[in-house]
Amino acid sequence: MSTAATTNAVLSARDLTRHYAVSRGLFKPHANVQALNGVSFELQAGKTLAVVGESGCGKSTLARALTLIEEPSSGSLQIAGQEVTGASKSQRKQLRRDVQMVFQSPFASLNPRQKIGDQLGEPLLINTPLSRVERRERVQAMMQQVGLRPEHYQRYPHMFSGGQRQRIALARAMMLNPKVLVADEPTSALDVSIQAQVLNLFMDLQEQFNTGYVFISHNLSVVRHVADDVLVMYLGRPVEMGPSERIYARPLHPYTQALLSATPTIHPDPAKPKIKISGELPNPLDPPSGCAFHQRCPYANERCHGEVPQLRLLDARQVACHHAERINS
Amino acid sequence: MNDRVARMQSGTAPHESPRIASGLHAGAHPVNLLDIKNLSVRFGDASAVPVVDGLDLHVDKGEVLAIVGESGSGKSVTMMALMGLIEAPGRVSADSLQFDGTDMLRLKGKQRRHIVGKDLAMVFQDPMTSLNPSFTVGFQIEEVLREHLGLKGKAARQRALELLEKVEIPAAASRLDAYPHQLSGGMSQRVAIAMAIAGEPKLLIADEPTTALDVTIQAQIMDLLLNLQREQNMGLVLITHDLAVVAETAQRVCVMYAGQAVEVGSVPELFDAPAHPYTEALLKAIPEHSLGAKRLATLPGIVPGRYDRPQGCLLSPRCPYAQPRCSEQRPTLDPHPRGAVRCFFPLNLNAEVAR
Repeated sequence: MSTAATTNAVLSARDLTRHYAVSRGLFKPHANVQALNGVSFELQAGKTLAVVGESGCGKSTLARALTLIEEPSSGSLQIAGQEVTGASKSQRKQLRRDVQMVFQSPFASLNPRQKIGDQLGEPLLINTPLSRVERRERVQAMMQQVGLRPEHYQRYPHMFSGGQRQRIALARAMMLNPKVLVADEPTSALDVSIQAQVLNLFMDLQEQFNTGYVFISHNLSVVRHVADDVLVMYLGRPVEMGPSERIYARPLHPYTQALLSATPTIHPDPAKPKIKISGELPNPLDPPSGCAFHQRCPYANERCHGEVPQLRLLDARQVACHHAERINS
Repeated sequence: MNDRVARMQSGTAPHESPRIASGLHAGAHPVNLLDIKNLSVRFGDASAVPVVDGLDLHVDKGEVLAIVGESGSGKSVTMMALMGLIEAPGRVSADSLQFDGTDMLRLKGKQRRHIVGKDLAMVFQDPMTSLNPSFTVGFQIEEVLREHLGLKGKAARQRALELLEKVEIPAAASRLDAYPHQLSGGMSQRVAIAMAIAGEPKLLIADEPTTALDVTIQAQIMDLLLNLQREQNMGLVLITHDLAVVAETAQRVCVMYAGQAVEVGSVPELFDAPAHPYTEALLKAIPEHSLGAKRLATLPGIVPGRYDRPQGCLLSPRCPYAQPRCSEQRPTLDPHPRGAVRCFFPLNLNAEVAR
């Protein structure tokens, strides 16, 4: 399915960085927000990479860079082996077909004045030379696949519940059979029982189309279910990345440990005390020196104050912490 | 909503005694802080489909009760009815709506405002909309103190500062003059909590207090709420859709479905051996339950709406255990040794609970 010659990664990012200049007033110099800093990963077809972290950690900036909505400040991004940075306009248009997105709120992401059939057919209208009849056939086939009935073709978004709308949004994203699907918090607006239905649909479609998923979420119990690999971010930087089962079984970074420990569970273990971290995410305009997490980290010392930890390989995953060995031994 | 909340938390009648209404209709169960019997809320005429349908609920002093259910199950409307925040065309009817010995149904304007915001306070889901953006945090807390406790000037300022310290806001003194937009979501929610506990309430209702927050902040806010609850021996009603939060915080749970309480039980028994098929389905739908499985267990279909409300059990069209009887008759909420359940064929009633 992939056309890449050397690797069969559908998406590959190298040191992806996105900085924003923020005005602080007329006579002050611009501040630089490092919304995304040195993110590298590879995504294989049919696999899921989950990106987790709290608001402001750079998850959505990453999604915008991956979907070519925004150009990265530096670094390289390859979609199915083809370099995105520096691609011509027509190449970018072609590349956009291969990366589609599902947004958090299906109430905002669907056009309220357009019929479902037209919304689903629009990607085909823009990107393919298919005739009206062929488009209609494709749309109806996709509707059936995501569990919508044929009569829904003529309806408007307000006639659907949240779960059904998210099905429609997912169907629209899959219309062009993309190589990569970026889903930004796709189930956080849904109720538990509806969330389960939508997650199952995500998994079914992935199996069928062999799509690579980038699944952005703050819900670690959902991530555990869907992800093959997990990327944990804090203030624009990756802090831990590796196979899902390894990270859930034994998180090495103190932030990952705190996140997992703070996630409520149905059967809490009273014998296992919760790791509590105080404070909040630091101001990205004025990030702390050294490790961004050191102000909230229970293990921080002088070194964390001055030196930014780099990702390094440890126990089959990458972790960015000076003390990873010490605190986990 | 915003200005209703503001009115509710400030009140406007300084001349009446705050306890004026306490003599009315003393409850049959004096231990119960809150006693709701057969509460129904409809929007429209008497034939309209009830949003809350015959709900019975009680909260003891110092108890943490969670109300769980999906959107539209009537969790929030129940508490809005209690506080008198349902406006026309909404209709509230109940056999009893007793709070701390007071019949909340019969209370009128001023009397109600002496109780609501003081003895009965609420924390809302989104602190960004429940705080007034035009006034400083200090002013908004002082307003509660002025209206309900009669504190003025320096005394009010001092108490507001103590409240901010109590909700663990760093550099509290400098935050008194901050506007809500200058605070993060977690900090704003702490301010909203400070306002709610300003009148030392007997019952605090927290409506999805952490849904808008990140997981580490959620843990901090839940800790804070539970500490305050223990310290002041408040009753706490936690409205949420997150069963895991309930499992970690509540003593008792009421599961609601389409306006009805379908199961009431204590934690952790209800989670270990759910008696109602809906409770079981909710628990199974959580990814945590299906570790390693390819697919999650789901409950097919959606919550019945206005036009497809079943004649029998409300869950019957979706229930995997439904029998012919379920679609004809409507079950009642019947007590059993570990709680109460609204089902003709309850599950796990004889199950041994491990803990």
